[in-house]
Amino acid sequence: MRALALLLLLAASWSAHAQGLLDELETEAPKSKEFTIATFKAPRIIQGHSVEMPAKGELLFIIQHRFGRVNTGFYELFGWDQASIRIGLEYTLPFSDRFNIGFGRSSYGKTWDFFSKTKLLKQAKGGSPISLSWVSTLAINGLDWPNPNQENYFTSRMAYTHQLLLARKFNSWFSFQLAPTLVHKNLVPLSQDQNSFFALGMGGRVKVSNRVSINAEYSWLLPGQQIPRINGLEPQNAISLGVDIETGGHVFQLHITNTQAMFDVGSIAETTGRPELGDIHVGFNITRTFSFKRH
Amino acid sequence: MNKLLIFTLAFGVFTQASAQKFMTKTGQVSFFSDAALEDISAVNKQALAAVDLDKAEVAFVVQIRGFEFEKALMQEHFNENYMHSDKFPSSKFSGTFQKATAITWPGTHEVELVGKLTIHGVTKDVRVPATLAVKGEEALLNAKFKVKLADYGIKNDKANSISEIIEITVKTPMKKS
Repeated sequence: MRALALLLLLAASWSAHAQGLLDELETEAPKSKEFTIATFKAPRIIQGHSVEMPAKGELLFIIQHRFGRVNTGFYELFGWDQASIRIGLEYTLPFSDRFNIGFGRSSYGKTWDFFSKTKLLKQAKGGSPISLSWVSTLAINGLDWPNPNQENYFTSRMAYTHQLLLARKFNSWFSFQLAPTLVHKNLVPLSQDQNSFFALGMGGRVKVSNRVSINAEYSWLLPGQQIPRINGLEPQNAISLGVDIETGGHVFQLHITNTQAMFDVGSIAETTGRPELGDIHVGFNITRTFSFKRH
Repeated sequence: MNKLLIFTLAFGVFTQASAQKFMTKTGQVSFFSDAALEDISAVNKQALAAVDLDKAEVAFVVQIRGFEFEKALMQEHFNENYMHSDKFPSSKFSGTFQKATAITWPGTHEVELVGKLTIHGVTKDVRVPATLAVKGEEALLNAKFKVKLADYGIKNDKANSISEIIEITVKTPMKKS
């Protein structure tokens, strides 16, 4: 009996030694926070901003295109002839991967737009359950004054959005984002129109393969607000459905949508297309990232 | 009984004290692949490595998220589309080096690492030639070997085809622990 106990003790002592080096190493592994990557594939879900931005010090070039409405018939080649374009640049500053600025020029309203995006929280394993970003945009309408004989102010051209992006990558194939938004227009057509009003953006993606995801987006103008009309038409909620195709350095986003503007004030507050009547635009975004890292 | 117990414990302490163990948390593991469009290379400077000269044991643990690429997008693709690092966060090697009687320490020797390599959740028996140098309080283990992606269930991609064979370079200067 005693001998058996001894043997066991000896065996235990030996097995403690034989415990692999690997196990020892694994206990040394640092338990650091692991930030979630690729909640979305591009800095836009479709129209609106996503929590993604280029990596530190990287420049992103974006070409966005929306054809005219498909219900315009063969004469307009189903929207081909009224294409609208936005070309933009987005840059993440080299000292922080949390701050991003960008600008673009759209043919819609001859608009110049500028924005900044700041990551306040980054979703992480062992950290925050969501990513939280703040996006502010400025749009400057460049059209000739409709009434040049009156006194016109430059500030009347300006409109803003301020947005919080709350996103969560639930798993490798599903991500969802909510975007409470404040829109402000310096000039509105009617005295009873609100200068400031609210919208709630919603967007998500379902990844269907390594390279392809299906995206959907809805921008809801909260009811009970006097939102300025666009050429006498009541603004509609923007709805978009698309697919992201990712190749090495490019992301191609193809979609159908009822909005033709590709900056936030335009797509959130100036959408007039009614999809149930066939006011649908086919469009695409192409992004290309350039890296300036020194080696 | 008591004597034996004491002997056992003493033996245990003794072997631990005399163990010729070396370790590092800043080993370098890099890889290289020549792809159709552009060469792909990445380095991980936080590889955990240990070698036990007495038992001729070697172990490595490398966090996949720790590989740094020239381009952030490549890094994202590597983690998301090839290595699935959310499911398989680390790669490991555990094994022994062949210990010919002629080997003495300190010294520099060509050895062969024999053991199990785990990449992308798949474990394979491998034999890898390596150089192990021991001098005073320091040891240096260098190795260069090739792995076939298909062996570890890493799917190549039609859109972004990369080389089927990846060359891995290991450089781990270790300190006595």
